[in-house]
Amino acid sequence: MTIDKGTDSAGPADGAGERGQAPAMVFRLDPSSGVPTYLQLVHQVEHAIRLGYLGQGDRLPTVKEVVSSLAINPNTVLKAYRELEHKGLAAGRPGQGTFVQGTPGAVGLPELAALRKTLLVWLRSADVAGLDEAGMVALFTSALRDFHDRRGETPVPGDRDGGRSQAGTSEGVA
Amino acid sequence: MNVIETHGLGKRYGRTWALKDAALAIPAGYVVALVGPNGAGKTTLLHMSVGLTRPTTGQVTVLGSEPAGSPAALDQIAFVAQDAPLYKYLSTADMLHLTRNLNRRWDQRRAEGRLKELLIPLNRKVGKLSGGQQAQLALTLALARRPQLLVLDEPLASLDPLARHDFMASLMAAVAEDGLSVVLSSHVIADLERVADYLIVLSHGQVQVAGEVEGLLAGHSTLTGPAAAADDVTERLAVVHASRAGTVAHLLVRNKTAAEPVPPGWEAHPVGLEELVLAYLRAPGAAALPGPVTRATQDSGIRA
Repeated sequence: MTIDKGTDSAGPADGAGERGQAPAMVFRLDPSSGVPTYLQLVHQVEHAIRLGYLGQGDRLPTVKEVVSSLAINPNTVLKAYRELEHKGLAAGRPGQGTFVQGTPGAVGLPELAALRKTLLVWLRSADVAGLDEAGMVALFTSALRDFHDRRGETPVPGDRDGGRSQAGTSEGVA
Repeated sequence: MNVIETHGLGKRYGRTWALKDAALAIPAGYVVALVGPNGAGKTTLLHMSVGLTRPTTGQVTVLGSEPAGSPAALDQIAFVAQDAPLYKYLSTADMLHLTRNLNRRWDQRRAEGRLKELLIPLNRKVGKLSGGQQAQLALTLALARRPQLLVLDEPLASLDPLARHDFMASLMAAVAEDGLSVVLSSHVIADLERVADYLIVLSHGQVQVAGEVEGLLAGHSTLTGPAAAADDVTERLAVVHASRAGTVAHLLVRNKTAAEPVPPGWEAHPVGLEELVLAYLRAPGAAALPGPVTRATQDSGIRA
């Protein structure tokens, strides 16, 4: 097997075995955000999956690991993991832990880097045009809404590579 | 099963009632925050629950139906009093040895394992340990008894912020591992916000609030709107606390139904735990207790 993003969709059991004991991520909390603690955990996992830091078969920290670093109620972690399971993003394996399952819309790191570059070009031109940060966010948000509305009418173009699309389309997007 | 259940529980010291007519039913499996100002009756309630103080009126049972203070109850409850009383001139190892011999249930491996994890040396005199380490030692002694219910009276009061975090983290890890129920008191609500999933507010010897945190937060909201219309809203809704500044009024209300309609012209915001507790403490007549909305709540329209 070659080391290549495209071959990432090996059996989930293999992936978990190779990655060993260490959890794939650590959580942090923002006390001033006003977002409920369990939702902060959910968002961080979603974010990490979206950016490619977490992939199929990665082990999430155990409940005990999370509470011993954040000093929060274990039920809060259980609630977050239940939510992730409900969304099809994670699955609990009895006696082993909770593992990343679906990877909704996961885009490879090289693609992400390329997209980021084009976005930076856009930001620069917006800056030159005299748009401030809040203006850029507003413009982006409104364009995103338009894009979203229009996409609802036509089918989503599926231009992902073969191996990936199996892993995470139908399951991930709840 | 209820870990603590009280009926008409009261305690009088001389002519003052430290606790009056307390009716509580705390279900198992929760981390319970017992909050209230100094002198509200927190320690009195805890002491009666663990059998250290006899009630003047009413009863208290623990872990199903064991009378508080009975041998069966004592075997399954661990209590850590305020300031974690320990023998300062004993070594950590001797402190373990002593506690082991004073209790029927004891897990020596658990105790030694925890101390090793916490890097607390066995040969050090207890008095030479830091405040945080002493608190952790007291917690270790309590957990090594493998209790079903752990009761902690102001466990964080004398700890610095880092020690507080570490203490809470290791307590929560024990909850995750052993599935024990915990009742802990504090007059600082912020310390308990992330750990507690059940809340009891005591004030002037009375139970003001008791219930699951999630349900309590969902059952209250803050309404923001014109001060001129505040009286009108206060008449129709269960307002716990009202504050006004100029033309704007903020009303913390208890929703009578699940989807209480927001009055026109007002905006509803979710409430935080600290906000909720403060609102009740400022309105001694208001109460949020399990069961139907009590008379006290309906009458509690506080006019600022």
